[in-house]
Amino acid sequence: MNDKPTEKPIGAMTFEEAMIALEQVVGALERGDVPLEQSIALYERGAALKAHCAAKLKDAEEKVELIRAQEGRAVGTTPVEGM
Amino acid sequence: MDLIDDTPAPQGNQPEYTVSELSGAVKRVIEGEFGLVRVRGEVGRVSRPASGHLYFDLKDDRSVIAAISWKGQVAKMQVRPEEGMEVIATGRMTTFPGQSKYQLIVDDVAPAGAGALMAMLEKRRAALAAEGLFDQARKRRLPFLPGVIGVVTSPSGAVIRDILHRLRDRFPRHVLIWPVAVQGQACAAEVAAAIRGFNAIQPGGPIPRPDVIIVARGGGSLEDLWGFNEEIVVRAAAGSEIPLISAVGHETDTTLIDYASDLRAPTPTAAAELAVPVRLELLAGLDATGARLVRGVVQGVGLRGQRLRDLGRALPRLDSLLSAPRQRLDGAGARIGAALGLAVAQKHRQFDRVAGPMRPELLLGLAARRRDGMRLWEQRLEAALARRLERARDRADNQAGRLVPALERMIAAADRRVQDGNRELAAKGARLDAAAGARLKRLTDRLEALDRTRGTLGYAETLKRGYAVVRGDGHVVTTRAAAEKAASLEVEFADGRLALGARAPRKAKGEEGGGQGSLF
Repeated sequence: MNDKPTEKPIGAMTFEEAMIALEQVVGALERGDVPLEQSIALYERGAALKAHCAAKLKDAEEKVELIRAQEGRAVGTTPVEGM
Repeated sequence: MDLIDDTPAPQGNQPEYTVSELSGAVKRVIEGEFGLVRVRGEVGRVSRPASGHLYFDLKDDRSVIAAISWKGQVAKMQVRPEEGMEVIATGRMTTFPGQSKYQLIVDDVAPAGAGALMAMLEKRRAALAAEGLFDQARKRRLPFLPGVIGVVTSPSGAVIRDILHRLRDRFPRHVLIWPVAVQGQACAAEVAAAIRGFNAIQPGGPIPRPDVIIVARGGGSLEDLWGFNEEIVVRAAAGSEIPLISAVGHETDTTLIDYASDLRAPTPTAAAELAVPVRLELLAGLDATGARLVRGVVQGVGLRGQRLRDLGRALPRLDSLLSAPRQRLDGAGARIGAALGLAVAQKHRQFDRVAGPMRPELLLGLAARRRDGMRLWEQRLEAALARRLERARDRADNQAGRLVPALERMIAAADRRVQDGNRELAAKGARLDAAAGARLKRLTDRLEALDRTRGTLGYAETLKRGYAVVRGDGHVVTTRAAAEKAASLEVEFADGRLALGARAPRKAKGEEGGGQGSLF
């Protein structure tokens, strides 16, 4: 886990990192202790984070595969249906 | 033992065996009699050479039987005999004619009762724990939302279905199933290989690397689950780079992999729940957060606008701000001329107040007071002087009074000393006179004596007795030769001298004219 998720580009963040960053943004805005100009920038960042999180949540497709192994190494997969 | 008696002489019709024949006969008897036996005993020394066969001893308190499991049998064993283990071994007896030995070929070994198995399990757990494989510090945190989930389990069975079902409910994910045998001899090796295999998948390759691994198996007997107690599985789980959830058996079953895993799930279904969050909840939470975001920024702007309006309203007009100072300026301007005059008059009054008392009388009065003061001092000074003189005089008198008697004493003492001195002088004078008189008398006496002596010794007395002294030319002549030479001779008698006929010397000297004169 990255301790400083805010320093990462949003696109590279995990869902959890993006959520933490979003919480920080919202918290700062709710406290109202950021200058007006900065609060606009914060909002934009928050919106981007939210979109990133939403994309991660939307990307919820089930895919089940069976590993084909040779001598302890995975060499391929076989899709599994109807399980 | 006459069977092996080698006396050459035949002793009846008993057949004669060779060693091999006899050994073979024994082998047949033993194998026939003990073709399938179960033996309970403690496992003694165990050794497994490179051949893969397993040699061990079975013993009780009195006897030992050598036991062997061939490589193929060992591979099929559920439980491998370990030293100290109480087991029931199943197999057949045979002999080893080369060493005159009999031994048990063991097909299978089962722990003698659950207690023995548990004791062994506990021993193994303690050993692995001592290595630090179960330390909390080794535990990895599970990812909040894994993208790929690797499941190590049997592909056929309820377990994988349960897991997939629960994942589907919560958050459909990409699942990779690594099929393994979940019981039997192959179980441990396959499970360990699967864990290592998932870890060997490189990120970005054709097969996605799992973000979390679930090792799952349904409930079963202790023996069924035994594979998950094997050291190889425990080590693989402890060494997994990918966070690992163990879900073996039911909630009450604990296998050693549970100690080594990063998180233990009571059931396979629970493992799925631990692996992923609920998507809908996350969506709801994200929506709520998004709403808070909008509200936060809107509220921030709104609050600022409100504050701005409030402040703007509270801001006073410029005229009203200036009117009061302006009025004060006017007032001050109007008063400033009069104020100067007033100030001067006031200073003047202050000056008068101070200067008023400054008059000559003040100085004179001051001088008079000083003079009086001086006079007073003068009087006090005189009095003081008189007092001091008085005191001095008293002191002088006092000392004078003491002085007179002292003087008198001193005079008296001096008188005494004078008298003493006089007395002493008189005494010493008398002694001096006496001494001087005596000395004079002694000296006079001595003088007279000496004079008498002188008279005796001198020629004058001699003269009286008829002797005379002849002198020539003034000198005493004692020889005839001397007398012939003399120009004049003089004979002295006791009553005076007589000059004798002066014989004129041949060569007379003028100097003796006086004498000659008288002769002529």
